[in-house]
Amino acid sequence: MTLPIQDPALAAEGLGVPPRRHGFLRSVLRERKAAVIGLAIIVFFILLSVIAPYISPYSATAQTCAVYAPPSSRHWLGCDDGGIDMLSELMQGGRISLVVAFAATFVAMVIGGGVGILTGYFGRWIDTGLMRVTDYLLVIPDLVFAVVIADLWGPSLFHVIIVIGILEWTSTARIIRAQVMSLKERVYVKRAQAIGSGHARIITRHILPQVGPLLMANTVLTIAIAIYLETALAFLGLEDPTVTTWGTILEHAFERTAISSGAWWAIVPAGFVIAIVIVGCFLLGQAIEDALNPRLKVAHLSVRRWRIRPLAGRGPDAI
Amino acid sequence: MRGADYLVKRGFFALVTIYVAITINFFLFRVLPGNAVTDLSRVPHASPALRHALLTEFGLDKPKWEQYLIYLKNLAHGNMGISFANQQPVSHLLLADLKNTIPMVTVGTVAAIILGVFTGVLSAWRRASASDHLSTNTAIFFYAFPTQWLGLMLLILFAGILPAGGMSDPFLFTAEPFWQHLGDIAKHMFLPAATLMLTAFGSYTLVVRSSMLETLGEDYVLTARAKGLPTRRIVWRHAVRNALLPLVTLIALELGFIVGGALLVEVIFSWPGIGLAMYSAIGQRDYPMLQGGFLILTVSVIMLNFVADLLYFRLDPRIST
Repeated sequence: MTLPIQDPALAAEGLGVPPRRHGFLRSVLRERKAAVIGLAIIVFFILLSVIAPYISPYSATAQTCAVYAPPSSRHWLGCDDGGIDMLSELMQGGRISLVVAFAATFVAMVIGGGVGILTGYFGRWIDTGLMRVTDYLLVIPDLVFAVVIADLWGPSLFHVIIVIGILEWTSTARIIRAQVMSLKERVYVKRAQAIGSGHARIITRHILPQVGPLLMANTVLTIAIAIYLETALAFLGLEDPTVTTWGTILEHAFERTAISSGAWWAIVPAGFVIAIVIVGCFLLGQAIEDALNPRLKVAHLSVRRWRIRPLAGRGPDAI
Repeated sequence: MRGADYLVKRGFFALVTIYVAITINFFLFRVLPGNAVTDLSRVPHASPALRHALLTEFGLDKPKWEQYLIYLKNLAHGNMGISFANQQPVSHLLLADLKNTIPMVTVGTVAAIILGVFTGVLSAWRRASASDHLSTNTAIFFYAFPTQWLGLMLLILFAGILPAGGMSDPFLFTAEPFWQHLGDIAKHMFLPAATLMLTAFGSYTLVVRSSMLETLGEDYVLTARAKGLPTRRIVWRHAVRNALLPLVTLIALELGFIVGGALLVEVIFSWPGIGLAMYSAIGQRDYPMLQGGFLILTVSVIMLNFVADLLYFRLDPRIST
């Protein structure tokens, strides 16, 4: 079915052709190089985390070289304050960091998706009530809030996951809500209502598949935020002291005089792996969002490729 | 008039949010399981008499709703309790810290906005050119690097050249002229503010770029070009002014992020601000300080959000929701 888009309003929302559930990600990957790079980065780090225990050169907990030994042919990234091989520690830390980020994101997406669908679909007092909560959480400084809760509950991996999860669902909820509010007015939802479908059926069969891609984009973007927050909490000493994560690597380096010892190798690699993973999430998430909501493809100033802005409603490229 | 409606609505929202923040602050520390109060009365080997004395001293034997009213009443008088760590009133301590935090955060944020606007506008202007790719990719990477890591890198790079911690040189005589003290503080402020700038400017660049691209596609830009205005003038006079609206929204939304970044930056550079105070409060289990710091930072962000709303209204009177 390749009908041209008729309604310019729908085309502007980027919702003219409802994305099919499985083909969507594939088409994003085919059309956008950034998405491929982002996905490749994420998959690479997941795989690395899975096989880390088998390929890491040394133990991530036992001393295998001198304190703050510089990088050498035997220890590629040098050693930390306890004489632990940095490369092995980074691999081990990545496992925990990613698990924390994925778990926290899962919590955030369940809350955010749930709240977004409920408020958007039912409206009225549910909307008013839950949106007030959302507005509140949007304005409070999340790291400060996380620090307070994490401190009150005590340092543990589980608490960090829950704290990040209950803080980072708000923007997702708002985006999903807006989408559901527009979906609710679609003709096919009205028809489903007319033939007597219940709320549960409409939500699971007609609404959920439509917000799926949007939820996917938000999941990926939230993973980036979760990783960032985890490293920040760890840096402030609120992470479980018995585990190694990318955040605690930075914390230990800072607390245990890596800087005055000149041991840059205890700091630099951890920052780069964190940044690369976050960039990967950002590229993939942004690419999915752009595919859902194409922005203007022409600027009146573009010096080299000057062209007249296309009129609305002509062809699939129309804005 | 719809405009006045909008302002009243936003003002009311700010007030309600502040009230909610105060209430949540109470609940977090006093009511939820695992809260500060249970920790407080869990003195090892405490006799029942001591425990009871502690509970009465802190008014914890009263019912929760009465504690809540007392808390509100004290707060209305500016009383945030006494710091466990040094027996000083929390409000005095935190206000002094806030005075140190504000200049550093302001300098860092303003620098980030300037850098973000310039790189964003140039990116959009020279769209798809090498300089666009360079500035966009740099922005994404700086956005992705953890704040504390950027701070540590600056520490490594500038160790010995610029002061690495604190806010002023303790060996500078008070008799020295004013400008020398100012220069000293500026020198100390450089690294923390630069860290804050680097961690914040990336998202500004990206937003300014995309909003500029959108603005450059508007008809009035085409008109300006048809009139034969020089490109420089079209960009800075016609497009940028309109393209900066989303930036105001973003800055308001990211205030919380800036405050969090300030916390990390203050810890790294031992800047004697409210973030460092909260960090030490964590280590010392100084709950009144932690509670007070959280409240002050949250209320500041809410107020600044309201200011951003007013500003947005001033810039774009069309909005009415």
